[in-house]
Amino acid sequence: MIDIGLGHYLTLGAIVFFLGVVGIFLNRKNVIVILMSVELILLAVNINLISFSIFTQDIVGQIFTMIILTVAAAEAAIGLAIIVIFYRQKGSIRVEDIHGMKG
Amino acid sequence: MLTHAIFFYFFSLITIFSTLMVITSRNTIHSVFFLILDFISVGCLFIMVGAEFLGMIILIVYVGAVAVLFLFVVMMLNVSEQKQSWFIGKKSTHIPSGLIVSILIFLELLVVISGWKYKSNIVTSSILVIDENISNTHAIGRVLYTDYILYFQISGIILLLSMIGAILLTYRKREGVKKQSYITQISREPSTSIELKKVEFNKGVKIDD
Repeated sequence: MIDIGLGHYLTLGAIVFFLGVVGIFLNRKNVIVILMSVELILLAVNINLISFSIFTQDIVGQIFTMIILTVAAAEAAIGLAIIVIFYRQKGSIRVEDIHGMKG
Repeated sequence: MLTHAIFFYFFSLITIFSTLMVITSRNTIHSVFFLILDFISVGCLFIMVGAEFLGMIILIVYVGAVAVLFLFVVMMLNVSEQKQSWFIGKKSTHIPSGLIVSILIFLELLVVISGWKYKSNIVTSSILVIDENISNTHAIGRVLYTDYILYFQISGIILLLSMIGAILLTYRKREGVKKQSYITQISREPSTSIELKKVEFNKGVKIDD
């Protein structure tokens, strides 16, 4: 318990990943919360990469964390733009109201 | 070592609590606030473990840009009010299967993590070992701009594409908005813009007709 190792950080990453996936499925609200859950999942991946990078003494994990960060920012911008135009057309972004593709 | 443990449990408990609040809170504004708390505590964890550059980048990019973007969109769309909580309301058929899938994912991750302990030793890379004498930022910069310059430039292109995409998606033409038209301005000629008039005595000339 006291000796914090790689396993503790990986467990934290796993818990955050799990909660992000649960947030996608349990969501009854709007699509913005789903986008936030995707951000949480990417953050869990970042935790894993950083902890491996530190505990294996290798800098490459931090480089890839930066690239994942870039992709996360781009994805948030595009996703929010899509949400804005969807709201402009339908007037609602609740999850139940989005059934245009009958999925 | 004890201090490290105390700080790790402090920040990770805050992280897990705020993650739970993000996915369960009724108001979307509160979700965004807890998302910001989540990012900040994970950034503190990164700084604590020794990746201080990435911790600061997390603070700047996530808290400063992404979370504020979320907040902006939530406020602009006026969707913060939520009538029903997520566990009551209309029956949804995908919640049990979703729960099963996510619990399975979690158990698989736990199996991977606990199996990691039985590995004999961690294989370290022979090329890109962290040098203890230089700072974290220096080490990242030495690798990022030489060996990984292609990834760096590709991420720049990704950012450019997302910017163009977001602008194109949200752009709309409105009716009744007066705009400057460069083409008509440039293509004016003296024959169309200047008119000579013979002014009669004591009558003046009417120009705005």
